[in-house]
Amino acid sequence: MTQAQLQETANLPAHSPEPGGTNWRTYFTFSTDHKVIGIQYLVTTFFFYLVGGALATAVRTELATPESDFVSREVYNGLFTVHATVMIFLWIVPAVTGGFGNFLVPLLIGARDMAFPRLNALAFWMIPPAGILLLCSFFVGSPGAGWTSYPPLSLTYDKAGEAIWILSVLVLGTSSIMAAVNFIVTIFMMRVPGMTLNRMPLFCWAMLATSALALLGTPVLAGALILLAFDLIVGTAFFNPTGGGDPVVYQHMFWFYSHPAVYIMILPVFGMISEILPVHARKPIFGYKAIAYSSIAISFLGLIVWAHHMFTSGTPPWLRMFFMINTMIIAVPTGIKVFSWLATIWGGKLRLNSAMLFAMGFISMFVIGGISGVMVASVPFDIHVHDTYFIVAHIHYVLFGGSVFGMYAGLYHWFPKMTGR
Amino acid sequence: MQGSTIDPAQTVLNYHHTESAATHHHEHPDFRVMGIIVFLVAEGMIFLGLFMAYLTFRAVAPTWPPEGTPELELLLPGVNTVILISSSFVIHNAEPAIKSNDVKGLQKWFAITAAMGAIFLVGQLYEYFHLEFGLTSNLFASTFYVLTGFHGLHVLFGLILILAVLCDRANPGITPTPNTSASKLLRSTGTSSMSSGFSCLSCSIC
Ligand SMILES: [Cu+2]
Repeated sequence: MTQAQLQETANLPAHSPEPGGTNWRTYFTFSTDHKVIGIQYLVTTFFFYLVGGALATAVRTELATPESDFVSREVYNGLFTVHATVMIFLWIVPAVTGGFGNFLVPLLIGARDMAFPRLNALAFWMIPPAGILLLCSFFVGSPGAGWTSYPPLSLTYDKAGEAIWILSVLVLGTSSIMAAVNFIVTIFMMRVPGMTLNRMPLFCWAMLATSALALLGTPVLAGALILLAFDLIVGTAFFNPTGGGDPVVYQHMFWFYSHPAVYIMILPVFGMISEILPVHARKPIFGYKAIAYSSIAISFLGLIVWAHHMFTSGTPPWLRMFFMINTMIIAVPTGIKVFSWLATIWGGKLRLNSAMLFAMGFISMFVIGGISGVMVASVPFDIHVHDTYFIVAHIHYVLFGGSVFGMYAGLYHWFPKMTGR
Repeated sequence: MQGSTIDPAQTVLNYHHTESAATHHHEHPDFRVMGIIVFLVAEGMIFLGLFMAYLTFRAVAPTWPPEGTPELELLLPGVNTVILISSSFVIHNAEPAIKSNDVKGLQKWFAITAAMGAIFLVGQLYEYFHLEFGLTSNLFASTFYVLTGFHGLHVLFGLILILAVLCDRANPGITPTPNTSASKLLRSTGTSSMSSGFSCLSCSIC
């Protein structure tokens, strides 16, 4: 698309010409307009991003001195647990899928709206109560077992806080499944005539791959959390070894969702970068099909690597080997994307505006995250750095340098489209 | 904006902005059938996850069921399973009725299906109240209650859907299109209850 056309689309009214127009009050209603819902998601999740950032600031303040002098130990554990939960379940996942996905997918495929507009609105309105509920856990004794909530640790902690954490994540997961159903049906059934899958914008390919992961992974997390809730509240022993249970089963179920969750958080951003780079490099995308199919490949491989988080959980050697090899293979489709992006901007007439700078920042930060991911995929290395700051750094390169930079690129790129300014 | 392979002349955005009107949601073609099938995939994954957990507990335990677990009576769950599985064949009889727009026939078959589902749920509750172990007795008991309980919820959900369609049919003046899709919707729920019926059967036998 040329610059002139881009300007032209930017000048169009941002919202559907509803009778009476869209005023600010619409954003506080059960609106079924996908663009209103997209903005609702983005604004709400950005608020939780600031909350998550405040929690991280408190964590770093506490860590400024060796003594526990800023907050108590229990509150400290709550701070990092809620920080991670907020950033993952209330910022990145809903922002990239519900926010950008809702706003862009119907526009990009030429649909009037999502397939199920009321389901869409319902999925959004589950998020604010779940978020407020999670933050309220600080008043009753915060969940302190980390965002993974591994038993038996999570069972020995403050029960009320942990129960609230489980409930909140279950609600957010339900919302995410609803959104995934909506995206899959919309993308398969509502493309404008003539738009075959292979002519679909790359962001839609990414959203398709993402929704498949959310659809297949989130229910298993829900299953794990329900069993955990029974252990916590009713006193069953699913994950309690003293009653014959097995905590490792929780880890398998948890990571069956939570590894794909990393791709839920990064694949839509890959899609956005694939849309943004060609515009500001003023060149067509390099390797459209390679980028499109690599999203699907990542989605498939992402489902069979979960136990790389469990190399130190007594996993048998053959299983470690299986998961190590699968994990390393993911570097191939991911590398295909990175090289295609580089080939796209190679020799282009770059416009170094904010969107483009964030997109290029995304590529460099994400490559560090990706390569450190290959390092920790290797069993001999991982058993030494497991649960250390190496992993913390790896995940933050992927999620902050990756997902969040990509989201800023998307915000700057589509801000004119969203606001009409 | 796309920067991809799409010819700007026929770009989607132009299409959208000429046609765009958020006021016509109800004119969408009906996607509920595909929606419910995609949703059933997610529901299947919950059952798959819980089943995998159960199979792992079973595989890891030295004896299964653990020492001292009372024998499970198989007659009632067996009969119940047969009723539930047959119900998914019964509901298929409503299809010709829908095609010939025969409201009475549809109501008859849906009512029979709903009754069979209700009998299953009552039977399951009866079994729950007469078992010699409780939710927290041991790992076997907990797994038993949680898995069958989830399946019961799933049957209850299907039952509510069937009753909703029945009540819907009671209103006169409904256009024929949504009904056809409602039937497909119910057929897919029927099929899914059949498959989970099998898993329930295998669960009660284990
Ligand atoms: Cu992982």
